[in-house]
Amino acid sequence: MNIGKQIKGGLLTRNPVAVRLVGLCAAVAVTTTLLNGLGMGLCVTAVLILSNGILSALWFYLPQRLRTISAIMVTAALGGAADLLIQAFFPALAGELGLFLPLVPVTVILLGGAGTYAYENTVASSMLEGLCQGLGYTLVLTLAGFLRELLGKGSFGFGFLEGGQGIRLFPEQYAALGLNGPVGGFLALGCVAALVQYFNGRPKRTKKKEKEGAKG
Amino acid sequence: MSGSFFSLMSIALGAILVSNVVFSQLLGAGPFLKGSGSLRAALGTGLAVTLVMTLTSAACWPVNEYILVPNGLKFVEMAIFLLIAVFLVELLELLWRKLAPGRELPSTGGLPLAANCAVLGVVLQNVQNVSSFLQSLTYGVAGGLGFLLAILLFAGVRERLEFAECPKAFEGLPIALVTAGLLALCFTGFSNLNIFG
Repeated sequence: MNIGKQIKGGLLTRNPVAVRLVGLCAAVAVTTTLLNGLGMGLCVTAVLILSNGILSALWFYLPQRLRTISAIMVTAALGGAADLLIQAFFPALAGELGLFLPLVPVTVILLGGAGTYAYENTVASSMLEGLCQGLGYTLVLTLAGFLRELLGKGSFGFGFLEGGQGIRLFPEQYAALGLNGPVGGFLALGCVAALVQYFNGRPKRTKKKEKEGAKG
Repeated sequence: MSGSFFSLMSIALGAILVSNVVFSQLLGAGPFLKGSGSLRAALGTGLAVTLVMTLTSAACWPVNEYILVPNGLKFVEMAIFLLIAVFLVELLELLWRKLAPGRELPSTGGLPLAANCAVLGVVLQNVQNVSSFLQSLTYGVAGGLGFLLAILLFAGVRERLEFAECPKAFEGLPIALVTAGLLALCFTGFSNLNIFG
């Protein structure tokens, strides 16, 4: 498959959250700040790349019946490792992600379709697909986190910019505090999904017009 | 005895209304948005999730308490719970085919039902915070009923939404997410509810 097309697919046309509707659960919950969204996205991306690679390398040795179960086991093992590593090296992030850190394998299983892509393609292509889908997931989560942090806290980059305080754009008393809660998760993700749909819808129309123009 | 009954009722009511699985804990947004196209589909998804959540909660708590914790196997808990969930869903599918041959499954299929943040999130919370089997079971049932309530309310709104006009970019998922956000706002009204003391 064309690499550029695959990347565009992961980011826009087959975006896991906005188009394929998978992994919404963590996407709504952990996007309270830019850093949380980014951290969760990168963690999922890493696990997805590795699990896709391993499953794609193993497919020949696995009987048909065991494929789904082994996809689940491999992903759960990698997710468990990621959980422990993040708890060890980024304890603050682990605290923020809370219950959704151990749930990373669930997200990855849904994102990778339990190995459906990996079992049908080469190792390199599967890992690239994992990277693209993971980056699409990260993109949506980061944008939603940015939006929520900006409007809900009045700052951006909490945890890594300006010595961990983030850059304050307006005082916290004017911020929409409701956006820090569940309401904000749904609203911000809705706006980001609309943005992805907008970008998906736009080029198609121009292409149609071009075709119509060519016919005419 | 009555005291413990009321404490369980209070847990259940709290889990359904105050800390609703979907609207306040944000678990299970995937099946919540996918399985709510119509009221009928929502009822099917909601009942399936309730059933799976109850059974998985009932099965995972003893496994955790008597096998994983004594042997120091906490680090593989997620893999074990996932396997239990998948096994139970497969079992239910077999039963469904046996009992109602020729009828379609009421949900989106086996794997999304088992690999489901709502089910596994409730199970994880149970093994972290809950000290008795009965409480764990109550959380499982109440979490499922909370999901059922949420998805039925949401599907009712969404059926009306089909005919509403909205910007092209917002059609489908985005407007559904915004609607879910407004419903979550309604559910914050329950936040200090306390009936059984």
